[in-house]
Amino acid sequence: MKSALKEIAVGFNSLITGMRITLGQFFKRSVTLQYPHESLKMSERFRGHIELVKDPATGKAICYACKLCERACPSDCIIVEGAKLDGAKKRSVTTYQLDFTKCSLCGSCVEACRDGAIRFSHDYNLASLSKEEFVMDLFKRLETEREEEERREGKPASAVPVAVKPEAAQPAAGQTKVEVK
Amino acid sequence: MTEKADFLTGDVAAGQPPRETFVLNLGPQHPATHGVLRVKMTMDGEYIVRAEPVCGYIHRMQEKMGENRTYAQFLPNTSRIDYLSAMTYTHAFVGAVERAAKIPVPPRAEYIRVITSELNRISSHLVWWGAFLLDLGGFTPLLYAFDDREKILDLLEAITGARLTYCYYRFGGLCNDVDDSFIKGTREFVAHMRPRLKMYRGLVTENIIFRKRLEGIGPISQEMCRKYGATGPVIRGSGVSYDVRRVEPYSAYPEFDFEIPTFPGGDSMARYLVRMEEMVQSLRIIEQALDKLPAGPVMADKVPRVLKLPAGDYCYAVEAARGRFAVRIVSDNKEIPYRVKLRTPSLSNLSLFEEASKGMLLPDALALMGSLDLVIPDIDR
Amino acid sequence: MMQSLSGFIAGFWQFIASLWPEPLRLVLFLGGIMAFVGLNAAYLVWVERKGAARFQRRPGPTEVGYAGLLQPIADAVKLLTKQLIVPAGVDATLFRAAPLMVMAPALMSLAVIPFSDVLSARNINVGLLMIFAFGSINVMALMLGGWSSRNKYAIISAARIVSQNVAYEIPMLLVVITMVMVTGTMNLSDIVKAQAGPFWHWNLFKVWVNPLMPVTFLIFYICMLAETNRAPFDMAEAESELVAGAYTEYSGMGFGVFFMAEYANILLGCSLATVLFLGGWQSPIGIWSGVVWFLLKLYFLVFSVVWIRWTFPRTQFYGLLNLSWKILIPVSLFTLILSSAMLKLIKPFAA
Repeated sequence: MKSALKEIAVGFNSLITGMRITLGQFFKRSVTLQYPHESLKMSERFRGHIELVKDPATGKAICYACKLCERACPSDCIIVEGAKLDGAKKRSVTTYQLDFTKCSLCGSCVEACRDGAIRFSHDYNLASLSKEEFVMDLFKRLETEREEEERREGKPASAVPVAVKPEAAQPAAGQTKVEVK
Repeated sequence: MTEKADFLTGDVAAGQPPRETFVLNLGPQHPATHGVLRVKMTMDGEYIVRAEPVCGYIHRMQEKMGENRTYAQFLPNTSRIDYLSAMTYTHAFVGAVERAAKIPVPPRAEYIRVITSELNRISSHLVWWGAFLLDLGGFTPLLYAFDDREKILDLLEAITGARLTYCYYRFGGLCNDVDDSFIKGTREFVAHMRPRLKMYRGLVTENIIFRKRLEGIGPISQEMCRKYGATGPVIRGSGVSYDVRRVEPYSAYPEFDFEIPTFPGGDSMARYLVRMEEMVQSLRIIEQALDKLPAGPVMADKVPRVLKLPAGDYCYAVEAARGRFAVRIVSDNKEIPYRVKLRTPSLSNLSLFEEASKGMLLPDALALMGSLDLVIPDIDR
Repeated sequence: MMQSLSGFIAGFWQFIASLWPEPLRLVLFLGGIMAFVGLNAAYLVWVERKGAARFQRRPGPTEVGYAGLLQPIADAVKLLTKQLIVPAGVDATLFRAAPLMVMAPALMSLAVIPFSDVLSARNINVGLLMIFAFGSINVMALMLGGWSSRNKYAIISAARIVSQNVAYEIPMLLVVITMVMVTGTMNLSDIVKAQAGPFWHWNLFKVWVNPLMPVTFLIFYICMLAETNRAPFDMAEAESELVAGAYTEYSGMGFGVFFMAEYANILLGCSLATVLFLGGWQSPIGIWSGVVWFLLKLYFLVFSVVWIRWTFPRTQFYGLLNLSWKILIPVSLFTLILSSAMLKLIKPFAA
């Protein structure tokens, strides 16, 4: 009898403790982020899908289609084609197709690359209604980006001069993709 | 007349087979199985006559995949076997290859491996804790656990670039070094986590409803653990102090002072307490490793670009969050392994469910299943 | 003959006319009660979601309307537009009738709840009895819903509901009998009137009538949680075990009505607790009594129900029955005997 009463008392006390703890949390600030309205900044090393890196000197892709990444990829999601353009010393990339539906974001390609020609983008808002959108031609993407940049630079001074960082240019590229669809 | 009354109430004389049973198909989509596990339950009312786990719904042929790609190409797969303790699984595979190829790992890399593995263990246990409470009908703890887990994921994301499938270890070290902000952040996390664990104790562990649901429920004996090869918190909850970090020391673990929490009860509560105590011990290990973190490189010097393991049979085991995870590689001196065998703890832990759940009530059996901490891709591989 | 008939008609008309204010009042009040229950059922879902969110440190619904205030309406519209699927092989009549049968008693029972000394749809002498009479239909409806669904999970849930409600109806009625003895009436309005004055006149604090009065309240509260199938006694809808319990096969507004009935029942249970123990519309300081106090007490109790749900894990079934048969029933029996003894002993002196 005595132990039963004690058990009831201890049990009741434990319930009160639990309720006190949740009530304490009730008045605290919420810890979540309202995603479509706000979003997190990705960390420096965030592994998004890969993208080609521009050579700052020429504004073109560093990649010369050595196909090391293609071979390193465990999921066969990269197809690289290159050609030797007229008057150029080195080969240069003409197609860099990434099938993102197969990619597991392991980063083997980036590690395999000896010249730092590919890197991870910080783009994570990847949603689409069709599978085909995820087969991206990274080379074409880079070229469109470059053309856009040139067009912007060619414009009169009314346009706000922005130092276009590759990261900043990324969402713009994403938007054009949506518009195309 | 009496026959009919028996039929209605389902009362069965002791030792007699139940007169009327029905099959309850639990899963592959069921809130309690946390994945695509299917359990075919033969029920007598709410009592389980036989619970037969049906595996294979998420079989991805991980082992076969290991046999048709190079070691480096298989490395990312190891994060995806048990996605909740990706670090430790990668550790086992990397360890096996390093053992075979005799690649020395720099001490700084080993220390960071320990820190990240233990952080990963805590995050895995936090997910289990929340999901287990979800099984028992408590919703709020899950959100608290995820709040704390978020801090670990942020730390690990900053150094690895991923939040779940880290793929941080490389043959011979790590893909990149940690910075001061990680060390500072980890120290802050340790300081933050200790009072949180105290809060968890008040909210859940000492709660009378919770204790009534676990104490004495789902006893698993040491013999049963040995019979089915159960490891990890399951066997430690049955009173056997078996921990790979102790019995087959690997990496930098011998250099740290920590305890192997063991509870003799064998019931769901014992397994629960083991995991809660393990989080405390992991915090201790992290703290010590941060204090003693040596300087130096994080990658071995001479790691061949194309890795060919000498012919032979290699095995490396780690203590993952769910138990002993071992990788066995049979090599015939080629770029591609001849055979890869993954010994995953969840499969063994699930195997004892059929025997342990016999005669239990459905909610108790689900509590038992929750206390085994199953990750379904880890079962099916 | 003709004369007598016209005389009869005139008399009848007079009789009707004399009654006129009463039926009008009745229709108004019953309409009001239905609106009150409907709005509450909808907005208690919002309160629950917001409350749960705060306990879990999230903002909760924010998108539809200011602070998500239009969310219940959006949900209702969504549920109304969905098809009510009647699966093959179910008992279609019972399957369709169950949601109605679960909602109607809650609505009807609230008609006798006195919100203030003048604000009460029906002030009948056996109001308390009526609530419990209708309350038992609720169990049957849930049981029928589960049973007619032809789903194993739903049938297990139906069996659980019956044994749970049988177990908890007993201590609840014992407590109510105690209260009826203490107040000497089954009229809810009179029960509140008996608690007039400052807060120590409320039944909850009448320890000189029965020193175990707070315990009695606690028993009533626990039974109320169990009767309304609320956490930690949500055996009927134990989603991690029985998917959605008795509601598994329901879709669209069939499920919606079950869901609303849950909140209507919470409202009813909390109203009853307010009336029986917390002095209904009486203010805690003895003056300025009114409907505001009733609503304040009512919503405090509703909040505590939400608070409990988002704090505790679910009890196990035998734990629930053990609690009822081994603790609640003996204790409530004891309080019943104790208060009857106290009344016999004290009343002669008090009078």
